[in-house]
Amino acid sequence: MLGRTAASLYWMSRYMERAENMARLLEVGYRISLMPGAIEGHRDEWRSTLQSCACDHGYNQKHEEIATAKVIDFLIFDEDNPSSIRSCIKTARNNGRAVRTALTRDVWESINATWNELAQVKPSSMTADRLPVFLEWVKQRVMSFRGALLGTMLRNDTYHFSQLGNFIERADNTARILDVKYFILLPKATDVGSDIDMQQWAQILRSVSGHRSYRWFYRDSHYRPWLISEFLILREEMPRSLLFSYGWINRALAGLANHYGQSYDCHQQARDTYDRLKGSNMEDIFQSGLHEFLQDFMANNARLSYSVGRTYNFP
Amino acid sequence: MQLAIRHETHYDYDTPLAYSAQRLHLWPADFAAQKTVSWSITAPGFDKALAYTDGFGNHVHMITFGDVAGPVSIVAEGMVEVTDVAGVVRGLASSAPDAVFLRQTKPTTATASLRTLAERQFAGRNVLEGLHALMAEVHARVAYEIGATHAHTTAAEAFADGRGVCQDHAHIFIAACRAAGIPARYVTGYLVTGQGASSTAAHAWAEALVPDLGWVGFDPANAKCPTDNYVRVAAGLDAAGVAPIRGSRRGGNTERMRVEVRVEIAQQ
Amino acid sequence: MATIFNEMDGSGSTPRAPYAQVAEWLKTLSRADVDRALKEAEAIFRRQGITFAVYGDDEAAERLIPFDIIPRIFAAAEWRKLSAGIEQRVRALNAFIHDLYHRQEILRAGRIPHEYIIQNEAFVPEMVGVMPARGVYAHIIGIDIVRVAANEFYVLEDNCRTPSGVSYMLEDREAMMYLFPELFAQHRVAPVENYPAMLRQTLESVAPAGCDNDPTVVLLTPGIHNSAFFEHAFLADEMGVELCEGGDLFVDGGYLYMRTTQAPKRVDVVYRRIDDAYLDPLTFRPDSALGVPGIFDVYRAGRVTLVNAPGTGIADDKSIYTYIPEVIEFYTGEKPLLKNVPTWRCSDPKQLAYVLDHLPELVVKEVHGSGGYGMLVGPTSTKKEIEAFRARLKARPKNYIAQPTLALSAVPTFTKSGVAPRHVDLRPFVLSGDKVRITPGGLTRVALKKGSLVVNSSQGGGTKDTWVLED
Repeated sequence: MLGRTAASLYWMSRYMERAENMARLLEVGYRISLMPGAIEGHRDEWRSTLQSCACDHGYNQKHEEIATAKVIDFLIFDEDNPSSIRSCIKTARNNGRAVRTALTRDVWESINATWNELAQVKPSSMTADRLPVFLEWVKQRVMSFRGALLGTMLRNDTYHFSQLGNFIERADNTARILDVKYFILLPKATDVGSDIDMQQWAQILRSVSGHRSYRWFYRDSHYRPWLISEFLILREEMPRSLLFSYGWINRALAGLANHYGQSYDCHQQARDTYDRLKGSNMEDIFQSGLHEFLQDFMANNARLSYSVGRTYNFP
Repeated sequence: MQLAIRHETHYDYDTPLAYSAQRLHLWPADFAAQKTVSWSITAPGFDKALAYTDGFGNHVHMITFGDVAGPVSIVAEGMVEVTDVAGVVRGLASSAPDAVFLRQTKPTTATASLRTLAERQFAGRNVLEGLHALMAEVHARVAYEIGATHAHTTAAEAFADGRGVCQDHAHIFIAACRAAGIPARYVTGYLVTGQGASSTAAHAWAEALVPDLGWVGFDPANAKCPTDNYVRVAAGLDAAGVAPIRGSRRGGNTERMRVEVRVEIAQQ
Repeated sequence: MATIFNEMDGSGSTPRAPYAQVAEWLKTLSRADVDRALKEAEAIFRRQGITFAVYGDDEAAERLIPFDIIPRIFAAAEWRKLSAGIEQRVRALNAFIHDLYHRQEILRAGRIPHEYIIQNEAFVPEMVGVMPARGVYAHIIGIDIVRVAANEFYVLEDNCRTPSGVSYMLEDREAMMYLFPELFAQHRVAPVENYPAMLRQTLESVAPAGCDNDPTVVLLTPGIHNSAFFEHAFLADEMGVELCEGGDLFVDGGYLYMRTTQAPKRVDVVYRRIDDAYLDPLTFRPDSALGVPGIFDVYRAGRVTLVNAPGTGIADDKSIYTYIPEVIEFYTGEKPLLKNVPTWRCSDPKQLAYVLDHLPELVVKEVHGSGGYGMLVGPTSTKKEIEAFRARLKARPKNYIAQPTLALSAVPTFTKSGVAPRHVDLRPFVLSGDKVRITPGGLTRVALKKGSLVVNSSQGGGTKDTWVLED
């Protein structure tokens, strides 16, 4: 397989995953903007949404103030924003198109149809009442893509590279969401949060579609910051947690090692991260600093991405 | 007579080179007036260089190398036995049809002034006389001046400006010949300029096709036909086509190049 | 203009033999059937990503080429005659290219003024003396043919560089077989679907002499933004070869390699779909980022085969076109089986004068140019357009040739107001390697606008499935 083909598969999946994540973050942001509260509060929420998807810098360069309509447009349609849903789907589709021959027809048709439909959506048509339906559609389309991928692709290097992209992106997204709000998750003298805290905690869980599964998993009607952190970092049962993502990353890398008959530094790197997560507990993490832990994790994750690219000759 | 030649090209880079591909026109082809006694090229990747002879009879080498941190040097050197044949080129293995050397390339495109130049020199003269007159005229009208022109200066530009280096003299001569329907080609090589002297570039001149005589060399920069002070390396349609080194690279950032050419009489 | 030959009806009231069953079938089709089929066809093409990009048209960056469901049909005997002419022409074109880059006998013999070749931009001096594997230069040629009467065909132009459109030929066939299996079953249609296999065989057959018996073939594309990218991906997929961009290939130690996820893999044959100028920044345009530095040297040394060879454009240059009948005679010693369209060279003052006097009835084409952008179709142009073109023509007469407006044959086509005849041309695809292979039929392009003679997809043309019936 060409190094560029591997890179395109990797980035195709990363961008599809990013699009889904963006839709989720927008859902949460939009929800909050509907709630009663001062305008100022909404601004803060949008600010942290922008931070959660690493779009704050790009937004600030383009817009002077934070306004709901502008943020939504920036995160959905703006072509100058490489992480807007439109840019993500376009980039994913262009990557898919470049490696069209490596994809099954179902995967290609899924991604192509998504782009074709999205290209028809006019930014002016995105009124408040249409936004939830649209975001739901984005999530559905990404799931259809993933379903096609899981259901039709041969389990060879093609599949492993796309899985790798998917979960390196997911790990990054989840870590970032946590890091933007890490301060509200820090242990306090009392475990019982204020209304504001409760609302913030719920948002974090919603951003990863985890607010219901949290209740099922912990059989607890209260959101507890300690458990939320644990849920998103260390629980392998939670499909967007860091540990879960690294489980898949390691499986994909093992698949590549098996396929090519050789493993490299990146394999060791990913195993180390997994083992470190697996051997951690929240007490230690809080002890040494949640923010530092997450920063460190994201840096390692980026290093792994770079290392994978070098190992397999991404252009 | 034998000439000893050493042609060094040194490159310096800001950052390590990731990859480099270089085409070398640095290996003289033998013909009646010159025979290579010994010749070698020292360059990274030369041990696995691609070597072939192109349609114009030039010996071409293509080298590739990667991951070089330091400076890069390409050195061609050797000894060539030369004979003075008054510039006539015989016994060269080239299969190119003569008409190809009528092609106007970008630097040798004929403009009105170059056409006029050609008409004046060839009017009332036979081809050989005309070529000598043209050589003298180009030499007289274009002063040798380093720095007045650059690698991509066209014949028309240099002629209008009246200044240039051997490349420009050759281009003007060639453009005028082709405008007059006389096949002409660009030649690179070396010229002895004096014992112990070194220069910062190889030499260049032209060859034109004379009916019943064949290809004859003309060096308009020096207003004379090549003698046994000349070593011919390669010929083509213009300077770009036979550049001693032409390459492409990834990495390295800014490149600085230094050339040193030394030609000496080794044996009378 | 002369009467238009309708390929289905001929001149009489009963359909011509090859179309007999299709004519019956058309009577049974309701408008609703047609609309449904067209919709389905569009969905198939759209899903497959069968699109083309129109340069300078940002809004509709990717469009579908309209597909018409009524096939264009040739009888076996008609096709035999055509393909003999095509093969003769293709052999002559390859002999011509070989000669131009070696002894230039045809110039020495004075058959073509040498400046037409030597000063031609499409002539590549770097190719002088290059002898490719099996002596083949133009391995893939598309010949554009028009019909004006039952037995009268003309070659409009040769495409010896990187002819495109073969994917539409294949997809149109797929669509027809999917949409109308019964109609298909009623006919014995010569298959076209083995084209990718034939192409691969052709490519493998021209591997360099030093290559082992399992050559590695790749397709080199300029990338996803190229208007024909779909076709590149499609052909690579169908042939089972890697689809490479310039950055995927590199020269090392005198051989060409591709960058894979593992060790570099040597490449023996490159089916390149990028223009000569962009192929190698060391030999051609130095600013090209699409090509591979040094690939031409590897080619020159006979260690990789480029398909088509650089410099084949000299044989399809519009200024050379008028000489092709002589070219055929010169190299084959035979009379051309397929005729050229009579052509005026505007570089000749006398011929230019005639052209200027007859602009409203002529088609004037740019010598260098493609896609129907720089042309004038006299009979369908307004006075203003003709005068504007006249000025351009006078300013640079050397750039143009002119031809009579041919009464291109028409084939029934679905239009908004029902079935109506529309003008067509034909581009058969010819492969030359260890032998000459011609796909039965080719790509039929149809001018969808009433009365229009411009079939180019960039100018609103569509395509039809082309059937060659077997005896």
